[in-house]
Amino acid sequence: MKRWLNPTTPGGLIAIVVLMFGFGFMLVPLYDVFCEVTGLNGKTGGPYQGAASQTEAVDERQVTVQFVANRNANLPWEFAPEQEEIKLQIGERKQTAFYVSNTYDHAVVAQAIPSVSPAQAADYLNKVECFCFQQQPLQAGEQKGFPLVFFLDPDLPEEITKLTLSYTLFDISDRAAAEGY
Amino acid sequence: MSAHAETAHHGPASGISRWILTTNHKDIGTMYLVFSLLMLFVGGSMAFVIRAELFQPGLQMVMPEFFNQMTTMHGLIMVFGAVMPAFVGLANWQIPLMIGAPDMALPRLNNLSFWILPFAFAMLLSTLLMPGGAPDFGWTFYAPLSTTYAPPSVTFFIFAIHMMGISSILGAINVVVTIFNMRAPGMKLMDMPLFVWTWLITAFLLIAVMPVLAAVVTMMLMDVHFGTSFFNAAGGGDPVLFQHVFWFFAHPEVYIMVLPAFGVISQIVPTFARKPLFGYHSMVYATAAIAVMSFIVWAHHMFTVGMPLAGELFFMYTTMLIAVPTGVKVFNWISTMFRGSMTFETPMLFAIAFIVLFTIGGLSGLMLAIAPADFQYHDTYFVVAHFHYVLVPGSVFGIIAGVYYWLPKWCGKMYDEKLGQWHFWLSFIGVNLTFFPMHFVGLAGMPRRIPDYALQFADFNMITSIGAFLFGTTQLLFVYILIKTVRSGKPAEQLPWDGAQGLEWSVPTPAPYHTFSTPPVVGDK
Repeated sequence: MKRWLNPTTPGGLIAIVVLMFGFGFMLVPLYDVFCEVTGLNGKTGGPYQGAASQTEAVDERQVTVQFVANRNANLPWEFAPEQEEIKLQIGERKQTAFYVSNTYDHAVVAQAIPSVSPAQAADYLNKVECFCFQQQPLQAGEQKGFPLVFFLDPDLPEEITKLTLSYTLFDISDRAAAEGY
Repeated sequence: MSAHAETAHHGPASGISRWILTTNHKDIGTMYLVFSLLMLFVGGSMAFVIRAELFQPGLQMVMPEFFNQMTTMHGLIMVFGAVMPAFVGLANWQIPLMIGAPDMALPRLNNLSFWILPFAFAMLLSTLLMPGGAPDFGWTFYAPLSTTYAPPSVTFFIFAIHMMGISSILGAINVVVTIFNMRAPGMKLMDMPLFVWTWLITAFLLIAVMPVLAAVVTMMLMDVHFGTSFFNAAGGGDPVLFQHVFWFFAHPEVYIMVLPAFGVISQIVPTFARKPLFGYHSMVYATAAIAVMSFIVWAHHMFTVGMPLAGELFFMYTTMLIAVPTGVKVFNWISTMFRGSMTFETPMLFAIAFIVLFTIGGLSGLMLAIAPADFQYHDTYFVVAHFHYVLVPGSVFGIIAGVYYWLPKWCGKMYDEKLGQWHFWLSFIGVNLTFFPMHFVGLAGMPRRIPDYALQFADFNMITSIGAFLFGTTQLLFVYILIKTVRSGKPAEQLPWDGAQGLEWSVPTPAPYHTFSTPPVVGDK
């Protein structure tokens, strides 16, 4: 045991090499955990798990939420929000939609990845329903409206009066096929 | 190589098998140094292409695609092929001589770690001939440029990086084991020459971060070929993660490339100032402090990725803190020279130029460390000027100084002092002519890695190109000096420099094939 940890022998040094190689890979989950704990990356969480009764405004504060729709790698699909921005009060539940149309002549699977700016607002944007929670299959030429239901948490920091929720749409047909979707 | 042909009667096999099968630290050190000199010219010829294209605005010589391949390969070859192997070569020659050991602790491993390198670089260079061309995503190979948008040759690049990494790790393990286990009786750690100390710390850095590099290129390989999404946002990965993991390796890497040069300078300055090194203990602690701090500053390379304020401040302050131990070293070198009876032979000239020019590079580094200012400097020629100032007159001058300093002991011949002085002054003028104007065009907003530029940068770019041609061709003079020394240099004295101290000078000149078969006694004089 002690011999293996001795950094003056080849064995101990090789052990350090193996550990550091593993550490390189460990950085991947560590990075995710770090971003989740600190909310740095602007990634929103999964479906809202709190009390379902929360539907009314609890605060006079008005906040503007802007919606942005991006297509990854210049996909030729159409992807746009129903409204460019919504003004709402804290705690008020709102529904909006994003429209996607698959301009390919074959079926695809799409995945939307959300991002919130400023990043520290990400933890306070609660999504009750979001099309980003699942992979979305689309038939050739199909048009679809995807619903988004959300509200803002009362703990949202005071200084935030405007936030942007952006979705980037990815074509993940190849990967979905590989997973036997 | 004929340096050793004369000592052949001391034991080495004759012919090519001597070099392939050798386990002798001096042979392997020579091979490392010759290999890195070769790579210096390969990487240098790529710099020639870059500077020829940038001689005038507009596109004259090469297509932008090839230009990108040149900047990428120039960086990779200079970092992994020229600077790192040259330091391993110096370590192979000098560490056993300086600590009174008969050879490296693991001689066969030593042979392996050298012979991996020619294959690794043959593989990397072969990508130039492949369809789609060589890697063109910059030496930092940021994903997704190096994954989703990479040329097919990226797989060869990854394998070459793996091989170079294995070579460096094996070399570093050998250095650590040698230093800990093979010192002459009576030599405590705090008696070791500073070159040995800096290499010991460098070796630990290598062992700690080269596996992280291996991990990050393995993740790239899996993203490219096996359908994972480490760096692919479409699959839930994150391209910014690549930058974090890469710089976690690459920031310690920049100290790997300069700490051994600190060691070389700390040997040379006391010799030619004829005074013991000022502040030996503080030198050791400063080196260790730089090494430890190098692990917590990596994100200063990525201030513009959108970090939160707390992150920007943390990495800004830790980066600036590194200037303190570095300043201690510069202060100690200057104090060593203060009131010394100095002479200015070629190794000393290169050492003094190292101190002055490395400090300039350090100061531009401090400017870049200021997060709000970095948003202006990021990805401009100011950054190029900064890291070339610490790498060329830093690392490369350190290596050249070391070669001039120890060459008489290695081959038993004295180099031509007059030619050495010419080599120094032409290099000094060339290096400053090349890299100083880059500060100006960078501050004025010229972006890096682009084959064309706005007209107002034309004059400074022409000056830079002329300087680069001067600096590059001057290194042919270096080769001529080396060949002339080995072939027909005047015999060197037992102690070629009268201020030189240390065990390496106690062996006969030239150093016989086997030295310290019986360990010298150190201490209690």
